[in-house]
Amino acid sequence: MSVLVYTESENGKFKKNAFEVASYAHEIAKQMGTTATAVSFNVSNNEILGDYGISKVLTIKNDTLSTFNAKAFSSSINQAVEKEGAKIIILSSSTDTKFLAPILAGHLKAGYIPNVVAAPESISPFVVKRTTFSNKGFAFSEINTTIKIVGVSNNSFGVAENKVSATIENFNPTVTDADFSTKSIEIDKVVGKATIADADIVVSGGRGLKGPENWGMIEELADVLGAATACSKPVSDLGWRPHGEHVGQTGKPVASNLYIAIGISGAIQHLAGVSSSKVKVVINIDPEAPFFKAADYGIVGDAFEVVPRLIEKLKEFKAQNA
Amino acid sequence: MKILVCISNVPDTTSKINFTDGDTKFDTNGVQFVINPNDEFGLTRAMWFKEKQGATVHIATVGSPSVEPTMRKALAIGADEAIRVNAEPTDGFFVAQQLASIIKDGAYDLVIAGRESIDYNGGMVPGILSSLLNMNFINTCINLEIDGINATAIREIDGGKEKIATTLPLIIGGQKGLVQESDLRIPNMRGIMMARQKKLNVIEPVEAIQATQDTKFEKPAAKGAVKLVTSVDELVELLHNEAKVI
Repeated sequence: MSVLVYTESENGKFKKNAFEVASYAHEIAKQMGTTATAVSFNVSNNEILGDYGISKVLTIKNDTLSTFNAKAFSSSINQAVEKEGAKIIILSSSTDTKFLAPILAGHLKAGYIPNVVAAPESISPFVVKRTTFSNKGFAFSEINTTIKIVGVSNNSFGVAENKVSATIENFNPTVTDADFSTKSIEIDKVVGKATIADADIVVSGGRGLKGPENWGMIEELADVLGAATACSKPVSDLGWRPHGEHVGQTGKPVASNLYIAIGISGAIQHLAGVSSSKVKVVINIDPEAPFFKAADYGIVGDAFEVVPRLIEKLKEFKAQNA
Repeated sequence: MKILVCISNVPDTTSKINFTDGDTKFDTNGVQFVINPNDEFGLTRAMWFKEKQGATVHIATVGSPSVEPTMRKALAIGADEAIRVNAEPTDGFFVAQQLASIIKDGAYDLVIAGRESIDYNGGMVPGILSSLLNMNFINTCINLEIDGINATAIREIDGGKEKIATTLPLIIGGQKGLVQESDLRIPNMRGIMMARQKKLNVIEPVEAIQATQDTKFEKPAAKGAVKLVTSVDELVELLHNEAKVI
């Protein structure tokens, strides 16, 4: 009865969150006195999971699974669960995984808790802590079913090294045409740029920037920091920036190490969405902006003066610390 | 085309969140309830299908009689008929089983739910439904076109978008993008009057399992005071040496 973890990959390489969920799976397995097995799709360097405490990797090599497909991936993981007799399944909280997890939960009649932020409070009963009310609160949630699915929040548990030697085993789940009844026709994705979901740093702009033509400095700042760009809800509603950049309660959640809010006053919905970020910096001309109450560091000042100076300073800093 | 929009009754996005009964329950005192925003985008898209393609639109909610004002609002926006399952929505698995029973009986072609409710954030109801009913499913859906039994959808992915082709019967987990914020409708007086005449059927729950339960709640720890600095030099120094994030 092992713990099974789905480790996500892209273009044959593990995503950063794969190491976090692997670490989490190892921690649960340790608490339960068992081992953790990973399942991966079309990855070549599976051994690396051993660094994070994974003792066995079921590696799937199948060209029809080179693009993520929620139903086909869910069906494959389902077969891995059966093969291993796994009772606990660990997943990330990426957009793809949140698509796949409920399908899996439905098939396995398993209780599923997403957005989990810490190692289990207890194994029996099985209780985990998760965010709720769009990050305005936490819940301690118990899973009652025999098979349990835990979705770990990005950048919450962290990556923990626990070197073991991982056995790599080829695994060939059966996938049929019916698994591809939803077909990907086209993927439109910016390559080589950090995304809000996995960036260490996110630079975000609000209405204080006055118009889409002023986003050059936001992009430059993000470039210098290797950060993803984001925006507030009004900015996306006004069409200044694409919807995919909207962060907050009805947009994307942010759980980066550093979140820099520029010209964003800090509506309660926005603050909720970014509250999982570890360090928050606010640059705003209005000293009464509510965001200052939720931030760690702040500069009261005109973004059009502060941001260019910050870019210069950071370039200098990078040059010195390179 | 027969559409079912699943509606969750949630606290308004501006609500302050408090807990009561020894932190075991959400404190509804003074809280205004609304249609879950992710569901409202879906409902508005359903109205488009009704007006342009002659679809019939029903809504369903699992909840006590206290959710009926929110359901009436959805009827005032233009849904034709409502179904309330008379039970507390204890967890996503329980809710999905209730809705599955309605969908099976009603033979719906398209089921629109939200990507997640903004209160408990489970984000699992549409996905579990797709498994229970063996229907096609697309999550984080930001665009949906239907032509006969063929559907073309766009879903949001991390860092971009994916275009997907599939067929009805279909379930989607919707969100903003399905329609724009400016497309959302505020019920007018005529809609509100008509909503009073529309059918709101109350049915008793089917037998179902509850897979999870929230045993206790907690509010985030209070935040320390912000450190205000005047120069970017100082900010960079603090981010490097104190916060250690750059």
